[in-house]
Amino acid sequence: MAKYIGKRLLYMILSLWMIVSATFFFMRIAPGNPFASEKKLPPEIEANLNAHFGLDKPWYAQYWEYLVRIVNWDFGPSFKYKSQTVNDLINEGFPVSFLLGMEAIFIAVALGVLLGIIAALKHNRWPDYTAMIIAVLGISVPSFIMASFLQYFLAIKMGIFPVARWESFMHTILPALALASTPMAFIARLTRSSMLEVLANDYIKTAKSKGLSSGVITIKHTIRNALLPVVTYMGPLTAGILTGSFVIERIFGIPGLGAHFVTSINNRDYTVIMGVTVFYSILLLVSILLVDIAYGIIDPRIKLAGGKKGE
Amino acid sequence: MEKLLEVKNLEVSFQTYGGTVKAVRGVSFDLHKGETLAIVGESGSGKSVTSQSIMKLIPMPPGQISGGQILLNGDDIVPKTEKQMEKIRGKEISMIFQDPMTSLNPTMKIGNQITEGLIKHQNMSKQDAKNRAIELLRLVGIPMPEKRVNQYPHEFSGGMRQRAMIAIALAANPKLLIADEPTTALDVTIQAQILELMKDLQSKMDTSIIFITHDLGVVANVADRVAVMYAGQIVEMGTVDEIFYDPRHPYTWGLLASMPSVDSDDSAELAAIPGTPPDLTNPPKGDAFAARNSYALAIDFEEEPPMFQISETHFAKTWLLHPDAPKVEPPEAVKKRMRQLSSTFEKPVLVKEGK
Repeated sequence: MAKYIGKRLLYMILSLWMIVSATFFFMRIAPGNPFASEKKLPPEIEANLNAHFGLDKPWYAQYWEYLVRIVNWDFGPSFKYKSQTVNDLINEGFPVSFLLGMEAIFIAVALGVLLGIIAALKHNRWPDYTAMIIAVLGISVPSFIMASFLQYFLAIKMGIFPVARWESFMHTILPALALASTPMAFIARLTRSSMLEVLANDYIKTAKSKGLSSGVITIKHTIRNALLPVVTYMGPLTAGILTGSFVIERIFGIPGLGAHFVTSINNRDYTVIMGVTVFYSILLLVSILLVDIAYGIIDPRIKLAGGKKGE
Repeated sequence: MEKLLEVKNLEVSFQTYGGTVKAVRGVSFDLHKGETLAIVGESGSGKSVTSQSIMKLIPMPPGQISGGQILLNGDDIVPKTEKQMEKIRGKEISMIFQDPMTSLNPTMKIGNQITEGLIKHQNMSKQDAKNRAIELLRLVGIPMPEKRVNQYPHEFSGGMRQRAMIAIALAANPKLLIADEPTTALDVTIQAQILELMKDLQSKMDTSIIFITHDLGVVANVADRVAVMYAGQIVEMGTVDEIFYDPRHPYTWGLLASMPSVDSDDSAELAAIPGTPPDLTNPPKGDAFAARNSYALAIDFEEEPPMFQISETHFAKTWLLHPDAPKVEPPEAVKKRMRQLSSTFEKPVLVKEGK
């Protein structure tokens, strides 16, 4: 197991290096620079700025410097937000985005799996149709429209939740719901189809022939086998929710990391783009690793390479 | 001998988009304590549906027991609810399925799959159940059961899994074991071992077995009595000797003729029954086998044949046994094995309806 994780970490570093390089070069190819604005800067000032941030050096020197800095977990200063480093931005914004994301993932998984199970157990009856209508709506309605709907009905019309901002737990519910709606719908469909597949298996008939009740069969025999595809989806889902939250953060006025990510691209704020990309990449790679480890726990047939045989 | 199971005029149908499929059309048989009844027939003859109906394991809906009775120790189980059935399944009746590769839960330890039934039916503690599971694994011939009990199905070979399946089925000492083609998915040497094991366990535990198969070689090996099914009906039923040495129904002749034997000639082609079974959405008029039957009489296309009794235990559903029927000779391959059995009545007797 330790050997397996070590090997995976090595690959992660390799992928990270490739992501960093690709981002670095694509960013430079994009026209414009951090100091291009409506007001033309005097050439002397621009030269000074470039020198200050090291942009006057040849690209390979900049590239090397950047790699060295990343290894030391220093993403450098922001080009736009004076006196703030990228590390500051991440440290401020990430906890908020993380909390929002986790809440959304929790809602998506809990409700999605529940809806999927109900739909599968009541296959082709009204609970199934209801759950699947909810799922189709969830998949086809974009999160920003869902957000506006929630704000309009639950906050403005009914006044149950605050409209926006990030102050208390009540403030977190609407954005988390809006963020969770699409993945929840997707998980519901995924759970339903994989439940139906498992329910058609012979071993469910075996379980029934032992005289187990349908509740026990569902809990002990069906769900565990049906959850594997859902676990697979968890890796990309985590990344998607964390990165995808910027629209929701905008709508609800949440001071998260997503907002920085979008504005930094428009600003050509090189260090922020790089820093946030690297940060998100690490999150994604770690979540994929966790998913792979979770596989081995859920399904004993999946042996993690390097694991001991017969364990 | 005491009757354990009596099936009377069982009818099972399935609602499909194409119409109602009458999978089982009036099947009656009984089973004594400690006896093995083999049900043979080709695919789609209704043998699996019959056996799964006995445990009420057919999916309902679309399936439905549309008529008849299933008496277990004199108690009709057809009207029983799911909750009442849970007390019968595994405890009174158990089942072994065809494919041991798919009939065990891949993410659950073998031991837990055995103890589940024990904990449910015999109120055993977890530890007692586990000890019993080890004992059962040893009983079905699995080496190192203390280690095996903690393993997952994918760590077992096919034959081992079927042994584990048998251990699961026998865990709560059921009175009736239904084996639905338990050896079909196994290779021949393993088949022989599994059959040997089942016979051995049957004599130890005094279980009755319903053995479903399409392999007549297996039938000869394990069964006391045989029921031949075709198109959802039993067309011939008798002791093993009666079915193998004195078959009366043309379909049974066809089955026996299509079985290769040791002394059959290399050059001779294996006989086959021509055609395919009828569509049970609209069962044909008259005898369902008539269209494929080279011995079919004119009346076979008009009226369903009644059951005739040839001996105390031997029944066949064919017009050929009617006193007015022409005398016909069975195919050469069957004739070779025919023998005069002492128990045979002088003349076939028409079985009155309602029997």
